[in-house]
Amino acid sequence: MKVAVVTFPGSNCDEDAAYVAESLLGASTTRVWHKDASLPDGTDLVILPGGFSYGDALRSGALARFSPVMGAVRSFAERGGLVLGICNGFQILLEAGLLPGAMLQNASQKFVCKRVRLRGHDTGSPFMRGLAGRVLEMPVAHHEGRYHASDEVLDRLFEERRVAFTYEGANPNGAARDIAGVLSEKKNVLGLMPHPERAVEAVLGGEDGLGMFLAAKSFLEAR
Amino acid sequence: MSSVVDAKVAKEHGLTVKEWQHALDVLGRTPTIEELGMISVLWSEHCSYKSSRVHLKTLPTEAPWVIQGPGENAGVIDVGHGLAVAFKMESHNHPSFIEPYQGAATGVGGIMRDVFTMGARPIANLNSLRFGDPKAPRMRFLVEGVVAGIGGYGNCMGVPTVGGEVAFDPSYNGNILVNAFTLGVLPKDRVFLSQAAGVGNPLVYVGSKTGRDGIHGATMASEEFSKDSEAKRPRVQVGDPFTEKVLLEACLELMKEDVIVAIQDMGAAGLTSSSAEMASRGGLGVEINIDLVPRRETGMTPYEVLLSESQERMLMVVKKGHEAAVHRIFEKWDLSSAVVGVVTDTQHVVVKDAGRVVVDLPVSLLVDEAPMYERPTQRPEGLEALWVEPKLAEHPAAERLLALLARPTIASKRWIYEQYDHSVRAGTVIGPGEADACVIRLPDAGGTPKAGGGPGIAISVDMNGRYCRLDPRRGAALGVLEAVRNLACVGAEAKAVTDCLNFGNPEKPEVMWSFAEAVVGLGEACRALDTPIVSGNVSLYNETEGRPILPTPTVGVVGLVEDVRRVAKTAFPGPGHRIFLLGSTDVLSFAGSELQLLETGVLSGRPPEPDYARARAVHGACIEAVRSGLARSAHDLSEGGLLVALAECLVAARPGPDGVWLGAEVKLPGGERTRSAFAEGPSLILVTVLDSEVEALCALAERHRAPIAELGRTTDSGRLHIDQFLDVPTSALSDAYENGLMRALDLNALGG
Amino acid sequence: MRARVIVTLRRGVLDPAGQAVGNSLRHLGFGEVGDVRLGKVIDLELGSISRAEAEKKVNEMGQKLLANPVIEDFSLELTDEGGTRTT
Repeated sequence: MKVAVVTFPGSNCDEDAAYVAESLLGASTTRVWHKDASLPDGTDLVILPGGFSYGDALRSGALARFSPVMGAVRSFAERGGLVLGICNGFQILLEAGLLPGAMLQNASQKFVCKRVRLRGHDTGSPFMRGLAGRVLEMPVAHHEGRYHASDEVLDRLFEERRVAFTYEGANPNGAARDIAGVLSEKKNVLGLMPHPERAVEAVLGGEDGLGMFLAAKSFLEAR
Repeated sequence: MSSVVDAKVAKEHGLTVKEWQHALDVLGRTPTIEELGMISVLWSEHCSYKSSRVHLKTLPTEAPWVIQGPGENAGVIDVGHGLAVAFKMESHNHPSFIEPYQGAATGVGGIMRDVFTMGARPIANLNSLRFGDPKAPRMRFLVEGVVAGIGGYGNCMGVPTVGGEVAFDPSYNGNILVNAFTLGVLPKDRVFLSQAAGVGNPLVYVGSKTGRDGIHGATMASEEFSKDSEAKRPRVQVGDPFTEKVLLEACLELMKEDVIVAIQDMGAAGLTSSSAEMASRGGLGVEINIDLVPRRETGMTPYEVLLSESQERMLMVVKKGHEAAVHRIFEKWDLSSAVVGVVTDTQHVVVKDAGRVVVDLPVSLLVDEAPMYERPTQRPEGLEALWVEPKLAEHPAAERLLALLARPTIASKRWIYEQYDHSVRAGTVIGPGEADACVIRLPDAGGTPKAGGGPGIAISVDMNGRYCRLDPRRGAALGVLEAVRNLACVGAEAKAVTDCLNFGNPEKPEVMWSFAEAVVGLGEACRALDTPIVSGNVSLYNETEGRPILPTPTVGVVGLVEDVRRVAKTAFPGPGHRIFLLGSTDVLSFAGSELQLLETGVLSGRPPEPDYARARAVHGACIEAVRSGLARSAHDLSEGGLLVALAECLVAARPGPDGVWLGAEVKLPGGERTRSAFAEGPSLILVTVLDSEVEALCALAERHRAPIAELGRTTDSGRLHIDQFLDVPTSALSDAYENGLMRALDLNALGG
Repeated sequence: MRARVIVTLRRGVLDPAGQAVGNSLRHLGFGEVGDVRLGKVIDLELGSISRAEAEKKVNEMGQKLLANPVIEDFSLELTDEGGTRTT
């Protein structure tokens, strides 16, 4: 498996994502600078990591979507490549229109960092194999995680089985219909607010985030 | 800017008559306005430590593992495996009271720059906060603003805020404390220092452009607060964590190339202090072309550029001929970089504005000739009269316990730490609220996480200002003991200390006495526990309208964990475990205790004399019990005493999946029951073990000569029960503890 | 030519910051305050281009970057060097 982790100015979970890919999944991992106009040859999975790209100026993700690398990410996704946007990466995917909806400030108007429970849904996505119906625990850490879309869009997302995760029990940010993560139409692009890359080792408090990465890995290896 | 410089202008710059005369004498002429500006900031209390230096010199600063002691941007210690850690704590009290969000944010930004200037990748932030009475005017606004500011900066930087401490006392009503701590990791043989070297090497400015921010902030930190401080708002700097994040990455990238000779953060007093300090530490001179400094605003005078405290800037001495490497890397990160001067052998700081000399001062005048005072000290009158052990009225124990748990100083700080990103960087083994100290897994020298177990760093920040008011020497020493004990609870051995000494006006002999005594206490405790002080900061003039804060010589203690898989947390592990108390209750006292304050509102009594031999025995036993896996949980006694500690262990366990809480069946140790239950004292730790391990624990304690007593066992009853004394449901303890802070401050829930 | 772009959350999108401000104003005794919406003001210096061109360009900027149509609306004011303002 070949993983590309993109670094935007202000990304701060890029190192964590690369660590998981390289050290825990054993993937050949390349760090890609946002000014690069292309992805490394043979890339299987692109991770847009968390952080504060451009300091969240204007809206989180609003400026990063214009980075040169985003053109390559878009065509990679259109060809069916796997793209995972975590937290700020999710926000960038929304701003870029690769996923529907938009992100608003948390209902509490405050940053929130805590472990939350998530329910995995039956989606048919390569990221979600084995996660449907499971309740997983992962940290969230964001100030703008209140997912918003029109009712029609929300209805369609559920109908098309494109809601990957919903918050189980408590909703930490006021997201519409408790949505924590959504998929693209072809289900190869996943964006989620919680941080699976921070829930990969028992010594750091849990391994529930690993499943998503392993699912993607086995999908790619079986291909 | 008036160009006439006289005694009146000097006074406006904060110089005393004597200091002004001294400057004239040494210089042999009247300084220019730019020179006066530079002299005044470098001679301010904040930069010169003129009141504190004579005392600070007495502190222990050396040990075989100390790589860099005080005097640089941060202290550095060897932690084995080819790695070192750099750390420091610094205050941002005055700016945070005026504008809490920006004041706290720039405090966090400043301390992180101090650490990465040493070549270290910051991996942990902590903070120590003091607020006033929750009901005092602006207090809720201050709490919300400071917490948001700390989070706003640290979260954006991607450095986890993993711990800290927060206490409330009316003495901080008009002068809150914001002490920020950062620790970073670096290869032990690649420490970057700030000593200028190599005559002819270029002086390179990197980072944000310069604006008119916070001119004379260092002088403000050296003045007492008055009502018109509010009007000083424009002096407060505005932080830009995004720029600092890219500045961090650019600096660390450049540090991998062999081009930096010296590097210094432009913190308080900006370009003035960074250039003078670099020259002074290198025994050389510098020449700066002020017109080459990148600017954000038009029409800035040389005076303004020299004194600007715009954030997120660095000054470097670079190897001649390697300027291009700097420009290449800083351009990649869209940051400014400019050659603004050169290292000289003149031992003068010379500043030119388009060729015109505006400053030509001997470095020695700015740094070595800065005033140093041996200020008079006077023990406060009537202090001994206060040293009478307080007497408390009879009161039902359960009510007392619930009231104590709800006290904002004791109650859970969840509302605060959930606003801090504490899990970024794949290293947080123990985060805030889980144990007495945080534990970070050591990454590799570049900061990349390393999978699995392995060595870790434990950190605790602590100090009890009430003990320090009653006896500053004992109080300061007890604060060190507590922080070191906190590390023992997670199985870590303390190695070194950073301090942040917050006091009132040093020109008052009583305040100066408390400062001097506290420094004696810190030195004594740090010597006894073999934990040298490797970095620190002094913040004086913490007063409002003549009333000083409680003496608050906060310490941050850093220690080592052998294997991050062998640590202990506060929470009781489950029912059926045996509860033991390491240490002896003979030192318990109500002096300055939380219960005394709650029920009498008065501060009296004398905190106990620290017993270092006892402390070392208890810490040693606890560390071994945790590292060997015997101790299934560990938690020290602190504010509120034994029952508060027991309640915290129960509440931290959270209800099981069936919604059932843990309980405990406990017998109080000997002596008067209220005292055993609620009085406070050092070197006491609660540990739990399995039935089968009781003998091993007792043998271990005996080997360390640590007193040990069995208190009882954990149960599945969901109640804390002490026969004929107290019986409370754990859920009620949890309600008081979890909601105390929000109720006291009338805060809105974070949601979810 | 100068332009001021005002970005607000669309009607129907919950604005907790606006609600908080509204509550505080009412606490301060401004009982007449009803709904409060917070927004962003973006001032742009445009050099010497015509009003018509400015309007077209700034509208484009609004759609492309300054506002996110899923959650935000924007309006603009143009001021020329003579000080004439139009909305």
